[in-house]
Amino acid sequence: MKSYKKIGLALTLAALMVLVAACGGGASTDKNEGLSNKDSKNAELSGSLTVSGSSAMQPLVAAAAEEFMAENPNVDVQVNAGGSGTGLSQVAEGSVQIGNSDVFAEEKEGIPADQLVDHKVAVVGMTAAVNPKVGIKEIKKADLIKVFTGKITNWKELGGADQKIVLVNRPDSSGTRAVFNKFALDGATPAEGITEDSSNTVKKIINETDGAVGYLAFSYFTDDSVTPLAIDGVEPTEENVQSGHFPIWAYQHSYTKGEATDLAKAFLDYLMSDDIQNTLLKEQGYLPVTKMKVERDAEGNQKDL
Amino acid sequence: MTYFRGVWCIMEKLEPAKDRLLKSKKNWLDGEIRGRILVILCAVIMISATISITIFLGSKGLQSFIKNGVSLIEFITSTHWNPTNLAKPEYGALPFIFGSFAVTLLSALVAAPLGIGGAIFMTEIAPSWGRKILQPVIELLVGIPSVVYGFIGLTILVPFIREHVGGLGFSLLSGTIVLSIMILPTVTTIATDAMSSLPKNLREGSYALGATRWQTIRKVLIPAALPTLLTAIVLGMARAFGEALAVQMVIGNVRDLPTSLLDASATLTTIITLNMGHTTYGSVENNTLWSMGLILLIMSFAFILLIRYLSSRRKM
Repeated sequence: MKSYKKIGLALTLAALMVLVAACGGGASTDKNEGLSNKDSKNAELSGSLTVSGSSAMQPLVAAAAEEFMAENPNVDVQVNAGGSGTGLSQVAEGSVQIGNSDVFAEEKEGIPADQLVDHKVAVVGMTAAVNPKVGIKEIKKADLIKVFTGKITNWKELGGADQKIVLVNRPDSSGTRAVFNKFALDGATPAEGITEDSSNTVKKIINETDGAVGYLAFSYFTDDSVTPLAIDGVEPTEENVQSGHFPIWAYQHSYTKGEATDLAKAFLDYLMSDDIQNTLLKEQGYLPVTKMKVERDAEGNQKDL
Repeated sequence: MTYFRGVWCIMEKLEPAKDRLLKSKKNWLDGEIRGRILVILCAVIMISATISITIFLGSKGLQSFIKNGVSLIEFITSTHWNPTNLAKPEYGALPFIFGSFAVTLLSALVAAPLGIGGAIFMTEIAPSWGRKILQPVIELLVGIPSVVYGFIGLTILVPFIREHVGGLGFSLLSGTIVLSIMILPTVTTIATDAMSSLPKNLREGSYALGATRWQTIRKVLIPAALPTLLTAIVLGMARAFGEALAVQMVIGNVRDLPTSLLDASATLTTIITLNMGHTTYGSVENNTLWSMGLILLIMSFAFILLIRYLSSRRKM
């Protein structure tokens, strides 16, 4: 009996060691490849790339990474989602090569924005969404601000159903919330309401709760479960965002520390290629950044291109 | 060592061959030392992990007060939480602290009678078949991940409360119900151990005096097991206090102080999980989240002290 146990223990230990060695070994070879990569720029791409940040961007970047890896079999791209703050922090401290964020680095406290290089890879449009039973399809911006700051508390004041307004917010630090507050509410602080992080949960709550209003990216308006609102008569469409008529949109940023090099540069170029911008982005509900007729800086000033 | 070896040789010569075939004492001694080192190592790792987490959390959690100049008084007494307002940021975490305590106490109020009742059922009323059914049920409850509890709460409980009780559905009540179910196994298991470890002669003595079964349970067994039963409740509360995911999905995460059970609310843990990913390391927002983590740690220390106090009372 005793000897069996010993053999078992030895085997377990051996297995563990092999595992540890394999993991450790893998990491170190990756680094070497990354280094050797710098010398031979024109050679076939190889090495590993770690991307972290915005959970909203994760599906898009992960899908692009998959296609990128299919084209470059020696490349390993890992896309983690931890939130925009995590992405920016990690790229600033150099623990990942690319940090995704749905806000400008300048807008986040404690990030050395001057050291980071911004690559705008996509545009996301968003608008206020209401429960279908509310019965309104458009809203004036001034009224929207009153709704979100709690000055209007019943939809009948806006010609809708006699239902109490229920706000569905995002967490304080969320990028979606920051964009919505800035461009839809003109910087007003929204009143208290249910707060959820995930867009799917927000959609579910708006759909199930009478009188609920929240905000979602265009890609979530795939069915009739929530009603997207036109603002000041401008429909929330791709064209209106691209022409600069619809105000609530934001860039999806990929930041690198210093200019992108080697693999990171190759991957970012790939993200900007027509292939990705015109097909994959659309599939994922984003707007191609290459087709924007306006551009915005970190302060939110918009100008025509 | 050489002295020992010398003695050893002499002894070996004196011993009959049969005994010498047994494992030599030297190997046994080696095993003893190896085992000792192994166990000490485990203990050292555990102790240093705890100490370093405490130090880390302490230094991180205090930074918002020391480095960012957030007032501690404001942090624990103000009800206004608005860290992203650049002109006038406010850092009052009282609504979250209150929310944490409210759901913890309320869920303990629900889970304690249920858990202790179940324990009495298993040990006193139906020790054979009752235990056979209830034990696996409780083990199953332990095994369900908290995210599943949250999802069930969000899909079934929240709409149910909205339609049949009132309010939005996202409420202290929903959080309380979900947490009660989650801490029920903890309370029941420890309460069952407490009841079944009571000496038999307590029951026999009580019966001999002519007490009925219910009288025995109420007047003899429960008072005798009380300190451990309280420990069971406190351990359940400690778990409820730290639960984040399931609560976040059903409580609504509103930054205002709740005025009724049907109001949406927020807890320290839900605010941390909601904001952690969005904030950047070293920013005030991030540091205030660490401060909330520190409060959670201090509370868990308080719970442990309470448990220690209760167990010391049991010994007397």
